[in-house]
Amino acid sequence: MIKIENLKKSFGELEVLKDMNVEVKPQEVVCVIGPSGSGKSTFLRCINRLEEPTGGSIYIEGNDITDPGNNINEMRKNLGMVFQQFNLFPHMTVLQNITTAPKRLNGKSQTEADKLGKQLLDKVGLADKADVYPDNLSGGQKQRAAIARALAMEPSIMLFDEPTSALDPEMVGDVLEVMKSLAKEGMTMIIVTHEMGFAREVADRVIFMDGGYIVEEGNPQDLFDNPQEKRTQDFLSKVL
Amino acid sequence: MITNTATNHIKEETVIESLQIMIDALPVLLQGMWLTVLITVISLAIALVIGLVLGIFSITQNKILRGISTLYVDAIRGTPILVQILFIYFGLPAATDLSLNAFTAGIIAISINAGAYLVEIFRAGINSIDKGQMEAGRTLGFSYSETMRLIILPQAVKRMIPAIVNQFIVSIKDTSILSVIGIAELTMSGQSIYANNFRAFEILFMVGVLYFIIVYSLTLFARWLERRLDVA
Ligand SMILES: Nc1ncnc2c1ncn2[C@@H]1O[C@H](COP(=O)(O)OP(=O)(O)O)[C@@H](O)[C@H]1O
Ligand SMILES: [Mg+2]
Repeated sequence: MIKIENLKKSFGELEVLKDMNVEVKPQEVVCVIGPSGSGKSTFLRCINRLEEPTGGSIYIEGNDITDPGNNINEMRKNLGMVFQQFNLFPHMTVLQNITTAPKRLNGKSQTEADKLGKQLLDKVGLADKADVYPDNLSGGQKQRAAIARALAMEPSIMLFDEPTSALDPEMVGDVLEVMKSLAKEGMTMIIVTHEMGFAREVADRVIFMDGGYIVEEGNPQDLFDNPQEKRTQDFLSKVL
Repeated sequence: MITNTATNHIKEETVIESLQIMIDALPVLLQGMWLTVLITVISLAIALVIGLVLGIFSITQNKILRGISTLYVDAIRGTPILVQILFIYFGLPAATDLSLNAFTAGIIAISINAGAYLVEIFRAGINSIDKGQMEAGRTLGFSYSETMRLIILPQAVKRMIPAIVNQFIVSIKDTSILSVIGIAELTMSGQSIYANNFRAFEILFMVGVLYFIIVYSLTLFARWLERRLDVA
């Protein structure tokens, strides 16, 4: 489903990603953990080309997203993304946040888009917030609305960049619940997270990144309970 | 007592006479005012397009587009508007075959001048929007221009309205300088009247009142617009 080969990314002199190789199978949930500054966000943002990779290839269902010949806007429709800071559109209601893209880009009528939007709001537990502006939502509600917005394009892959890091602790659970239910439905997901409990429970595979490398990867039980690498052990001993 | 009554009498007559002069001047002044409004509306419409396009140039990655924008803004902001008007009306025809009538030259001058200030307003307005908004739009699959149109500009323009209106007010008043190239706008109309009747006080007072009416209408419109956008 996703095949990343020799991915490299530098910002000027600073080499942030050094030769990353990752494969993600359909319906797989991959959690990426690692210290701050290790390149997790950059890695995720290369996958939908919010950052332009300096080298390597990223195949999404067989198409190389780094190939300038491929239509990046088309390919992004298939890659939902959820940001740490939500990035909802403040000048639109919650429902408009969700329906604008499917209406304009997927040829849905207003009625179809509204119906889809309401279904998604129901799914993330915000059925009563359709006509509210984002400024009037709590952090947790904002993030769930942002997840609904990404789902409205009916992507087959979802990318999450620390979706709960900007939330008050009591808001984290609701957002993680939504993500769990997505995982159960078989959504393919790559999740950068600091929620180790969540990663252990939901991930099919955990990747530990440090210094722009994948230091270690494996199923959550092996990686959390029996890390092989010294750097993984050090990191886990700090966060667990 | 007698002198006093006489003075009062004279004062009263002067006031009535002054009012009469103002009323007599009104048709010509209103014509001038109409021309001022017309030049302002056309020029500012063009200036908005210049401001938007070059404002976006100034924030792209492309160095050439950014350079064009910077050069234009610096050149206009670094020179007096009077020189710009004279340059377009007298300077250009002297060096090229191009000769413009005063009305066209005036509109070009005001457009180019206001445009430069609007570039800065647009640039700052767009830059003030969090870059996560562009990223969220692009991630959904919108192109750069769709994201600009649907997501960035609606938010930016709302923030820019006070600055845009401020520039509009400056530009409305700047049109009075167009009298130097003989356009019969409001100021010029006034000058032509008091050149004949020598009543500069009454005429210029009326000219001032009419400018104030234009500017104040715009201010009221802007307040109404801001209130409407606040609801949305
Ligand atoms: N746009 C950028 N320009 C320059 N350096 C950047 C940029 N984005 C990230 N970096 C640098 O790349 C490194 C990795 O950042 P990031 O991917 O955000 O790490 P993480 O998400 O793991 O905390 C950091 O040193 C960061 O300062
Ligand atoms: Mg990060």
